[in-house]
Amino acid sequence: MKRHFRDIVPFDQDSADRTIEEGHGLHPLDEYLKPGRIPHIWCPGCGLGVVLTTYIEAIRRKNIPVDQCVVVSGIGCSGRVAGYLDMDTYHTTHGRAIPFATGLALTRPDLHVTVFSGDGDLFAIGGNHMIHGARRNINLNVICVNNFNYGMTGGQAGPTTPVDARTSTTPMGNAEPGFNLPHLAHASGAVYVARWTTFHPRQLVHSITETFDKKGFTFVEVIAPCPTGYGRPNKLGGGLDEMRYYKEMSEIRNGADPSQAEIRLKGKILCGTFINVERPDFLENYNNLVIAKAQGRNKGKAA
Amino acid sequence: MADKDVLTGEHFIHGDAACAEGGLAAGCRFFAGYPITPATEVAERMARRLPEVGGIYIQMEDEIASMAAILGASWGGVKSMTSTSGPGFSLMMENIGLGMMTETPCVVVNVQRGGPSTGLPTLVGQADVMQARWGSHGDYGCIAVSPASPQECFDLTILAFNLSEMYRQPVFVMSDETVGHMTEKVIIPPLQELHVVQRAKPAVDSGRYLPFESTGPMPAPMAIAGDGYHVHVTGLTHDERGYPVITDAVQERNVRHIVEKVRMNAHNIIRVDEVALDDAEVVVIAYGCTSRVARQAVEDMRRKGRRVGLLRLVTLWPFPSNIVRRLAERVKAFVVPEINYGQIALEVERTAGGKAETVLMGLMGGSIHSPEEIQEVVGQYL
Repeated sequence: MKRHFRDIVPFDQDSADRTIEEGHGLHPLDEYLKPGRIPHIWCPGCGLGVVLTTYIEAIRRKNIPVDQCVVVSGIGCSGRVAGYLDMDTYHTTHGRAIPFATGLALTRPDLHVTVFSGDGDLFAIGGNHMIHGARRNINLNVICVNNFNYGMTGGQAGPTTPVDARTSTTPMGNAEPGFNLPHLAHASGAVYVARWTTFHPRQLVHSITETFDKKGFTFVEVIAPCPTGYGRPNKLGGGLDEMRYYKEMSEIRNGADPSQAEIRLKGKILCGTFINVERPDFLENYNNLVIAKAQGRNKGKAA
Repeated sequence: MADKDVLTGEHFIHGDAACAEGGLAAGCRFFAGYPITPATEVAERMARRLPEVGGIYIQMEDEIASMAAILGASWGGVKSMTSTSGPGFSLMMENIGLGMMTETPCVVVNVQRGGPSTGLPTLVGQADVMQARWGSHGDYGCIAVSPASPQECFDLTILAFNLSEMYRQPVFVMSDETVGHMTEKVIIPPLQELHVVQRAKPAVDSGRYLPFESTGPMPAPMAIAGDGYHVHVTGLTHDERGYPVITDAVQERNVRHIVEKVRMNAHNIIRVDEVALDDAEVVVIAYGCTSRVARQAVEDMRRKGRRVGLLRLVTLWPFPSNIVRRLAERVKAFVVPEINYGQIALEVERTAGGKAETVLMGLMGGSIHSPEEIQEVVGQYL
């Protein structure tokens, strides 16, 4: 066949350089952000900026070179975090951040692999990967930003939407209960489980720094406002009102039983570091059990 | 452990084991998979062999995760592969698309069985040929090889790895149950006699590096995690830097690049086996297990003085359109035996453009053609 196409417009390096020159470097954290990627796409009042900042602050505090940090994300508003960070970042398919990160973490134990994604991505379409990643104890840090709805697609109900909450697909209220994420992560085998809200950035930074020292699958849930998708239909007010709600309704109980951490609509939010235990991660078992036996056998020795 | 990397020597192994050995010889050190008949033996071989060479075998929770994991491993700088059959191949399509869009080298072995759906788990099929070409949504170029023997399972898995590194994309080894479970002699040459393509590294510093640039129709070298290039890798439409840009102009460049790096290089990728084509009046076009009986049929007919030839497709995609077009000018008919309702036959008919008849010999799966059946049909068009 004959083919007719429009002309291809190649990448304009000069224009890209100009954009970076004009806008990059004004913010104190710009050295951690990919040049030319800001402004971000998030709505006013969104909690994602706080979570992004706390992640950067945790890296700074731990003094980890960015070349040793990798962020993998799925799809959704939280999935966009990867694209803003100036490091190796992978924005994968919906729900698949954990298995992608599994391949990366197992081949590159020298890197700190963080999965940054949302509640819908990690616990609905990606729920199976989440529980198996935790069971295997892959050396990954998962930061789950929970805003109780699918924000990017316009505020639909998700796996964390509480009973009776209104969203664009539950206009009369939600008939399903939401997951208790820390309880699920703990039951699946995560070695570190914490929950904070965006009202607790200092505690959140502390938790993220702790996960950098943990070998294995860590899980930090961050409750974040979504005034556009979730706040409005549930009459929670703007981003600031949601922060007030977190302030008034959060109860910090480190070491609490995660089974008590269920969240109801407008109910209290149990926060804290719930679980911090040690068990061998996948690679430790694989190296000590599997590789040692396989290579011992080759030398004609008993494993 | 160098002596275990490549098992140089003569072996009596099945096609699935040979695929695994081909992967190891090509340098594969990461395998993620999920059990499925008739491809399980590839995973089982890898589970035993990878730890011997210091590689990682992981059994994932499903084929979606397996495909995602090998992409992640590839960005970790390790050659990676998975194996599956039809139902698993369907599940992999999502992340095959991610691999195409993010230009991630890796190899997917599909040991085809009868479909659709659960179909014939233990019996042969060749009905995933079009799925390999078009299975994930959107446009991209496809490279697929089709082994016809355990020896080729070894050789073509290495070729698949080489092509995946050169063109920076997932490459398919479209085996089938008959070849996968067939045990034959496989000769594994010494390491130094193997042609293995190593991954190219960026030659420029991070300030000027464009990870998704096209140089002519070729992809840019790939910067892996931890190399300091700070690459953003996304399944969104992206510019040459990898930054998401949601415009028609960037979509035009992005998609044209991932289609055209294969289309413009088709002449370098395509491999066929031409048997007695010179004066052939009827040409049998076949691949995989079917090409073995087709060869028998052609040789038997040649011995009787019949002017019949065989075009065996070693690569299925890109399709060798120029070769078929040239043959169509002078042959009466193409006879296409395949274990499906006409998939490569569609390409043959389209390419022949009405200049020669295209005759499908379809089987829906569960058995292979007999040489006599093929001879009988070929005889009708001579």
